[in-house]
Amino acid sequence: MSQDTVKRDRPWLMRTYSGHSSAKASNELYRMNLGKGQTGLSVAFDLPTQTGYDSDHPLARGEVGKVGVPIDHIGDMEALFDAIPLDKMNTSMTINATAPWLLALYVAVAERQGVDPSALEGTTQNDVLKEYLSRGTYIFPPTPSVRLTTDLIAYTVENIPRWNPTNICSYHLQEAGATPTQELAYALSTAIAILDAVRDSGQIPPERFAAVVGRISFFVNAGIRFVEETCKLRAFGAMWEKMAKERYGVEDEKQRRFRYGVQVNSLGLTESQPENNVQRIVLEMLAVTLSKNARARAIQLPAWNEALGLPRPWDQQWALRMQQVLALETDLLEYGDLFDGSPVIEAKVQELVAGAEAEMARVAEQGGMVQAIESGYVKRELVVSHTRRMRDIESGELKIVGVNCYRETAESPLTAGADAGIMKADVQAERDQIAALQAFRAGRDQAVVASALEQLRAAAVGGANIMPPSIACARAGVTTGEWSEVLREVFGEYRAPTGIDIALAGQAGSAAMDQVRAGVRRTGEELGRPLRLLIGKPGLDGHSNGAEQIAVKGRDAGFEIVYEGIRLTPSQIARAAQEEGVHLIGLSVLSGSHLELVEDIQAELKKIGAGDLPLIIGGIIPDDDARQLLAGGVQAVFTPKDVDMNAIMARLVNIIRLHNGLEELA
Amino acid sequence: MTQPAPNLDPVALAAAVRRGERAALARALNLLDDRRGESRLQASLLLKQLQAGQAGDEGHLIGMTGPPGAGKSSLTAALIGVWRRRGLRVGVLAVDPSSPVSGGALLGDRLRMKTSAEDDGVFIRSLACRGEFGGLSAEVWPMSLVMLAAFDVVMIETVGVGQREIDVSRMCDTTCFVAQPGSGDSVQFLKAGILEVPHVLVVNKEDMGAVARRTLSELGTALGRVHTDGDWEVPVLSASATAGTGIEALADTLAMHGKALVESKRLLERRRGYRAQWLLKRLQEEFGSHGIDQLGGEQAVLQQLAAQDLSLFEQHQALRQRLLATH
Repeated sequence: MSQDTVKRDRPWLMRTYSGHSSAKASNELYRMNLGKGQTGLSVAFDLPTQTGYDSDHPLARGEVGKVGVPIDHIGDMEALFDAIPLDKMNTSMTINATAPWLLALYVAVAERQGVDPSALEGTTQNDVLKEYLSRGTYIFPPTPSVRLTTDLIAYTVENIPRWNPTNICSYHLQEAGATPTQELAYALSTAIAILDAVRDSGQIPPERFAAVVGRISFFVNAGIRFVEETCKLRAFGAMWEKMAKERYGVEDEKQRRFRYGVQVNSLGLTESQPENNVQRIVLEMLAVTLSKNARARAIQLPAWNEALGLPRPWDQQWALRMQQVLALETDLLEYGDLFDGSPVIEAKVQELVAGAEAEMARVAEQGGMVQAIESGYVKRELVVSHTRRMRDIESGELKIVGVNCYRETAESPLTAGADAGIMKADVQAERDQIAALQAFRAGRDQAVVASALEQLRAAAVGGANIMPPSIACARAGVTTGEWSEVLREVFGEYRAPTGIDIALAGQAGSAAMDQVRAGVRRTGEELGRPLRLLIGKPGLDGHSNGAEQIAVKGRDAGFEIVYEGIRLTPSQIARAAQEEGVHLIGLSVLSGSHLELVEDIQAELKKIGAGDLPLIIGGIIPDDDARQLLAGGVQAVFTPKDVDMNAIMARLVNIIRLHNGLEELA
Repeated sequence: MTQPAPNLDPVALAAAVRRGERAALARALNLLDDRRGESRLQASLLLKQLQAGQAGDEGHLIGMTGPPGAGKSSLTAALIGVWRRRGLRVGVLAVDPSSPVSGGALLGDRLRMKTSAEDDGVFIRSLACRGEFGGLSAEVWPMSLVMLAAFDVVMIETVGVGQREIDVSRMCDTTCFVAQPGSGDSVQFLKAGILEVPHVLVVNKEDMGAVARRTLSELGTALGRVHTDGDWEVPVLSASATAGTGIEALADTLAMHGKALVESKRLLERRRGYRAQWLLKRLQEEFGSHGIDQLGGEQAVLQQLAAQDLSLFEQHQALRQRLLATH
């Protein structure tokens, strides 16, 4: 068959998850990426935007424009999509607690561009439930959060029919340690919780409900075990189809189709020998493309250097080119499904389905996903899985090339440049953003703003759909922080279970562990009381897996651990350390704002007379910054390279020993 | 080898604690937690200084106990809110169990008690209860004395139906038991006399509706009697920490019990009794039951201690001297 007679499938949507510094800088990046053949946009918002704070809020310090673009008001949103006609764009927004607000801004910008909002296409992630388990950008308690989610779904189904109102995420569950079975079970249980809530809200007439089911899409992860991952996606398709048919009575086959977008694994990307991540990413992409019947609708690939810091435009281009080569150069899109009829694949799919159904039954027994999250059950299960994974990496049972085997390497030319192979954050961006925000606030019609916020409050209290007053707020020039503050006042704020109260399962002491325990005990005796360690997560970054693993390991090693969960201010951390009389403070920061946050915490400690408490930090911290932190008095910096947890614990003991005038232990 | 303990001037430290200085409080609590010999001596000196010139009836020490999941920490957080609005300064000792294998512990109660970080009128110290046969660590009671010197209300919060619950009721002025709606355990335990009868019972989560009301009425029938230690009639209250209902009434009732103790002049007597119990435990730890026998047995020691008007420090020293002399 000659190439021009072959009918090829249309390629998936190709995106790159991006956004940084400011709306203007991100807009330039988007237009450059579209010029390179990207076919959709995937907007990364910064943490203040995701957690509902204006750029000049104290909690936002150091976070503005770091992990994404700051959007304070309609002016920012307009600049973000400058010269990008929204009726011709498919935009995915990774936004959850503040999803109704960002969609409202998007609608308001479309109106300003003269685009009819009903023509908009794209996705709001809008899955807050997984934020309680991983990632951590929730604001409100589960019940009002589910209500906001359902309001957005009900609104778009009627008014923006081609919008994907929610992306139920199993991606972050895998990041938090979920096994494929757990991913399936918890994502589908979340979908049930959301769909039931929409149905019970009475906002959609029963005869229109199939349209709601048809608009639900998923956001999935694909790890390095790509055969099993392929099977996971086939299992997802089968389970979803069955659920749509049996639980929700959807007749139209098209509305029962499992639609998903994907970002492949960033959990498995390594900091050591980072060039190996390129082949990892490619293999993981195969998991979500090889099987035509379980192929992704949209793919975004991470850059090879994400475990080192922020990727540069060239790194992102490389990720996009991987997709283009697979879709355009290979013959993959010329064939039907490669796996139909394979007994090996089918058996694995059945095994995953059976496991997932059993776990879904356990969740249902507890009253459903919301209850199982509130009770801490799901989080605990995830922490157990993640702990097991970390133990297997440590023991070498789970091999990671360049990390726990084949560690010898030649000098990498990729990281040898002056920028060490990553993008340097623009330190001026935060100050510029704040100045622009304050100017914007001063230039508004305050009466219009106040009245729009009153309408919003009335809807929040009274139960009317939140979208229309949110869109009115967007037009009026309300800010992200103001919109969120009204809802915080009405709904309250929430702190999720940390899941670290897990049983000491199967931690039969290895020799290394016994040695660490002996060191902890001996040092405690020498200092008169058991060693105490405060694990703090300052700032808005909610990626708490690392902090949780250290907390669990520390407890197993015999430390008394004080851990208060995510999103703490420097002052809260300093005061808790003092009140609790800890011997050491361990911080975890993955958002890139480590320099600012450490500086603030050191200042707070000094202020309350606890300046002599030793401090360590873990996170994604470039070498240059690590040197700066150590010079500034931080005792140790740990990065994803450090996988030997016993060695980390032994190091902590010695830091405490040296600090208290004791000799180091071997 | 042990590291020499830091030298703290007990007079200055006690004064700073009384002024409510947070750094001093933290240091004092660390000292009381410290098991090195010279630290114990310093700790005794600190307690003596704190006692000096005080009537001994300062503050209100409240024990909060109940089964896991009953919502004690959320209720404590809600009470802190009420007390702060009433202008009272609050100290909390939150006790979490520790692992029998590693001795390690996860102290997570702060998470649920989260209040404003900037409030100098609240101080929370978490404690691992380190074995001690399921009971409270010996350090808890002296720590509560330091807290009482600095705060108007001090709360000891602990999980437990069992030894810890009994321990806490034997060191606090007022004991409050938090019951979980729908769980019959507490009622059964109370009926069977396994629970030390608390002074105040509260059914949390009244927003659960019928099931909470049923537990409330079961508890009412199970008790419906006067407390063993006087004419206090044990109230059974209903509240919801999450909905914020019934909290003011709970705070009022706890305060009323404290006031009744002061008015009937039983507070000092009770606190002296606790002190005697604690001293006995300490001596047992150091000299074994054999030592106590040498002093004439538990009852004799307790009576003797309760009759004396000496400081804790002086009592402890006197008894140790007697025992050391006989060895």
